[in-house]
Amino acid sequence: MIERTPLLNVTTYIVLCIGALMVFIPLWLVFVGATLTVREINIPELHLIPGNHLFENLSAAWERGHLGERLTNSLIMSLGVATGKVAMSAITAFGLVYFRFPGRMLIFWLIFITLMLPLEVRIVPTYAVAANALWPFQSILDATGISGIIASLTGIQLALEWNLLNSYTGLILPLIATATGTFLYRQFFLTVPDELLEAARMDGAGPFRFLTEFLIPLSRANMAALFTIMFLYAWNQYLWPLLATPDRAGFGTTAVVELKMLAPNVSTTGGGTPDWNVAMAGCLIVMLPPLLLVAFMQRYFVRGLIATEK
Amino acid sequence: MAAVSLSAVSKKFGPNTVVDKVDLAIEAGEFVVILGPSGCGKSTLLRMIAGLEATSDGEIQIGDVVVNDLEPRARGCAMVFQNYALYPHMTVAENIGYALKVAGLPKADRIARIQSVAQMLGLGEFLDRKPMQLSGGQRQRVAMGRAMIREPKVFLYDEPLSNLDARLRVAMRAEIRRLHQRLGTTSLFVTHDQVEAMTLADRIVVMNQGRIEQIGTPDEIYRRPASAYVASFIGSPGLNLLRVNVSTNDGHIKFGDGQLLAYDRKIWKNLQDGPVTFGFRAEEARLASDGRGLSIRFSFSEELGSSRLIYGAVADEEAVLMIDHDEKFSADETAALSIPNSAMQFFSAETGRRIS
Repeated sequence: MIERTPLLNVTTYIVLCIGALMVFIPLWLVFVGATLTVREINIPELHLIPGNHLFENLSAAWERGHLGERLTNSLIMSLGVATGKVAMSAITAFGLVYFRFPGRMLIFWLIFITLMLPLEVRIVPTYAVAANALWPFQSILDATGISGIIASLTGIQLALEWNLLNSYTGLILPLIATATGTFLYRQFFLTVPDELLEAARMDGAGPFRFLTEFLIPLSRANMAALFTIMFLYAWNQYLWPLLATPDRAGFGTTAVVELKMLAPNVSTTGGGTPDWNVAMAGCLIVMLPPLLLVAFMQRYFVRGLIATEK
Repeated sequence: MAAVSLSAVSKKFGPNTVVDKVDLAIEAGEFVVILGPSGCGKSTLLRMIAGLEATSDGEIQIGDVVVNDLEPRARGCAMVFQNYALYPHMTVAENIGYALKVAGLPKADRIARIQSVAQMLGLGEFLDRKPMQLSGGQRQRVAMGRAMIREPKVFLYDEPLSNLDARLRVAMRAEIRRLHQRLGTTSLFVTHDQVEAMTLADRIVVMNQGRIEQIGTPDEIYRRPASAYVASFIGSPGLNLLRVNVSTNDGHIKFGDGQLLAYDRKIWKNLQDGPVTFGFRAEEARLASDGRGLSIRFSFSEELGSSRLIYGAVADEEAVLMIDHDEKFSADETAALSIPNSAMQFFSAETGRRIS
């Protein structure tokens, strides 16, 4: 329902402006905070005008937070999650929509159930698996007594171990294994007319060609949207990287987790004045890459939404 | 170019039999139209030939090869779909040439063939456009080009003209006919439009409820419909069908309201006493100037330009009459119809089959 009356227009603008302000004011306070000195930010008075210490604070945050390495870690992890997610979703949905095989519905529902198990819910078992990815197999072997048999026959005590902690694989894989993207793709594939598939079959295209030369080009807008969403999701992860990267000195961690370290506490300031200005500057830096990505990607998915095929 | 033959081909979806033991032999180079109402199984039949649908029973042969277990691409058929099914993300040239690309033809050969097909269809200047930027008729042509470029053994058309407006439909119909004359490829054309069927076909296959009612040339089907069903489906308007009782002793048929109409016993030797379905064409009955004949009560008329259709009732059953433009009639008037023996047709009341 689209109605246009002057009163409605004015009301709409007011509501939108209030909403925009509510989003924008905290961001502005972060920006202003990042431009002040330690002294200025610690006097009990709300600053609304930026100061002129932005670059000092930025470089302090950059150095103290090792943001060069941390951002690289974050970038690799987020790109990995987003790419992996897009690839896995497209292939799973392709299998579910276009192939008839026994247990298809069962698999569909199994995937569906993972929607109800976000990472936070399964974080303990996920951690256990990441600490030794072969642990499930080991326990199966132990429980069935196979490892006991092997030990008695060969004298070799079977101990499978594959530690994923402090690695990109460990950061990325648990975040890929959910169903969100699969559903997006499934819904999209269901809207692709059957005749397109039939025409492609008549023209001699097999399943692989249909996927790569039809479905993937046709789903570009979906792909851009899913990629962006998953990138942001991965970039903003806190709990999992915190657990999966215990080796702070060696492997380091992600930029978002590092922000916590930048926030002043007794151990970092040693009882001195808390330097929130540096923490704010760190926030600004860490916010920048996702912002750039959204700015860059939005034209793809906006265009995709406008130029829908009939 | 190849002959296509179906023997006892059936298709069942669960308990429903959609196509029921169809036998059909199509000669190489023939243009055959499969005609029937929606849901009669005509599209399913076509899709089974294409290989998009598995057969439940029977055998399909294209050329000398039994194709039942072959993939669509291996059957040598090309198909034009009702909604064109153009590839929205490819240009016209890519659409037309896609089959060749899949077949692994070198690019130069592909371009040459795309160009020659586009030339033939008048698509030369649109090769770089996307399907979205084309009109309905142009899209239709691209769909045809995509089928033509493969030089298939058989063309399959699945109601390709039904999305076009009336004028374009007539134009494309002529174009399809012209293409067939030029290429001579065996063609199967599915439609529910009897005008399309009459104008395009070498032979028409009329289907009803998964079975073939009649196979014949357009002329045969029009003049000597094999069943009351075919008779009512073919022609515009379809054959008038009225329930009557035959009296062979008196040589007349008796209508529901007691009217009698004499027929020639020498011509209609096979008629037997009892109920039959009596039929006549709207354009073959005349208004009797002397007022003697079957009485019809008019209700309304439809203007066709060169002639006029008048709807009325004979013994409370609907009947249509086609009259010349200058002949007069008025609604709610009763008039007399003269129906010559040559225009009479009879069908069995039980089976609907023709009585000759």
